[in-house]
Amino acid sequence: MRAAVENVINGPVYADVPKPVFTPGPAGTHITIRGLTKYFAGWPLYENFDLDIPKQKIVSVFGPNGCGKSTLINMIAGLIPIDAGEILFDGKSLEDTKIGYVFQNYREAMFPWMRTIDNIAYPLKLEGRSKAEVDRRMEELVASFDVKFDLKRYPYELSGGQQQTASIMRALAPNPEVLFLDEPFSALDFEMTLFIREKLQEVFMKTGTTMLLVSHDLEEAVYLADQVLLLTKRPTRVAEILDYRDERPRTLDTLSSASFVAMKKLSLEIFQREVRR
Amino acid sequence: MSTPSSAAPWAPPAAAAAASAPPRESHWVKALPFIGPVVLFIVWDLVVRFGLIKAILLPMPGDTLLTLVSGLAGGPLLLDFAVTVWRTLQAFLIAAVVGVPLGVLLGSNERAYRSVEFLIDFFRSTPSSALIPLFLMIFGVSDVNKVAIAAFGALLIVVFNSAYGVMNARKQRVMAAKVMGASRWQIFRDVLVWESLQPTFVGLRSAVSMALVIVIVAEMFIGSDSGLGHRIINSQQVMNVKDMYASILAAGALGYALNILFLVAERRIVHWSGR
Repeated sequence: MRAAVENVINGPVYADVPKPVFTPGPAGTHITIRGLTKYFAGWPLYENFDLDIPKQKIVSVFGPNGCGKSTLINMIAGLIPIDAGEILFDGKSLEDTKIGYVFQNYREAMFPWMRTIDNIAYPLKLEGRSKAEVDRRMEELVASFDVKFDLKRYPYELSGGQQQTASIMRALAPNPEVLFLDEPFSALDFEMTLFIREKLQEVFMKTGTTMLLVSHDLEEAVYLADQVLLLTKRPTRVAEILDYRDERPRTLDTLSSASFVAMKKLSLEIFQREVRR
Repeated sequence: MSTPSSAAPWAPPAAAAAASAPPRESHWVKALPFIGPVVLFIVWDLVVRFGLIKAILLPMPGDTLLTLVSGLAGGPLLLDFAVTVWRTLQAFLIAAVVGVPLGVLLGSNERAYRSVEFLIDFFRSTPSSALIPLFLMIFGVSDVNKVAIAAFGALLIVVFNSAYGVMNARKQRVMAAKVMGASRWQIFRDVLVWESLQPTFVGLRSAVSMALVIVIVAEMFIGSDSGLGHRIINSQQVMNVKDMYASILAAGALGYALNILFLVAERRIVHWSGR
């Protein structure tokens, strides 16, 4: 971009506004967000927001209602345009980065005119992979997700949990660098939530895909997280970043372990402090 | 891998399982749709039998049905019926072939749609029969005229519905495709066109009804020597009421059959609609 501008003869002349110095994140950073600004209806939602998201970690985003948790990951995923700022993935732009996204509302995320298996293979077809490659990747996915339902069915013929499983498979099909999950459990019953939570943990332990999880359930948020990102009320800033280091695989016993309970309690205290502020 | 629910321990029963256990009074329920027509025929019969309406204005229902059946089974009514079907289909096909692509294109470019929206809405709201004299000036008293005006009326409905189908596509499906790296063209081909299918079918179904209405009206009032509309007005003028009612019933049956046909086609093709 820069080079192209400089090659133009008699191009527009810009006043020399000093660009803010780009400070890279600490070692192991995957996504760097610098000077992110977003206005909604004239009011700042994010203003000059900086954040480093570590690589090969699961980060849970948690915060008061309306602080823009989903908006944050949607801006990182390029679904909502930003007003100013820069978001880089290992120094690359979004266009050069493969991402996966799991929506809360699986019903409106899957394509009901395609069979479930074609839904899952769709991102691979967009990449122009050969049929053999697609088939091989699909077999891998089916094996790793231990799929017990018929993928030849249409999405609307499956239960909610099966549809959400399929949409997670679709998001993971092209081996994305980052997986975004926007309240993936909110529309599911408890049984399904447990199942998909375990699957996500399994996938994460196998692949180490960086994950960004938005959740409105604190237990869920902490259970999967390496890092809990707590946000303030708008204009949104980072309230606190908590590291949660319990061993994986975490199990149902983890939920009653002292470290988990302490982490949940601390998160809740910070959350309440921010809500009351 | 057989049914979704059998092997997966965590799966709630699939939605398909709900279609068992028929209600006990199913015989009654099945008979319900026939009650209306049967009552109508009994009332019709009694009214004529007791002379409340003169038989010269309203024939006996049995006679009318007989005329209808014998007329459609190779009689002259069949020819007029076929002519009307053919004109309606021609008008409909023109409207569909031009209207669906046009509507989808306009819908995917909202600015383009806004710039012609008034025209579409205005002429959609204008009764097409009011335009018959205009079309007479352009096409003369020809067969083309009847098809042209019916096609025009049907076209606007198709364009309107297809365009809105694209514009009202589920935003999240578009976002899902976008986040997977689909280009604008791929989003159009793989999401928008499919999302517009259901409203498009609604448009096509209304369009075929509209085409039939206009064809019948045109057959009545634009010098015509064939078609159900021509037959209805002709038999009315010579007071051949049996033939007139038979033709009216034939026109009604045609409209009804076309509607059912499109409903079935829609359920087949847009199998995900409403789910």
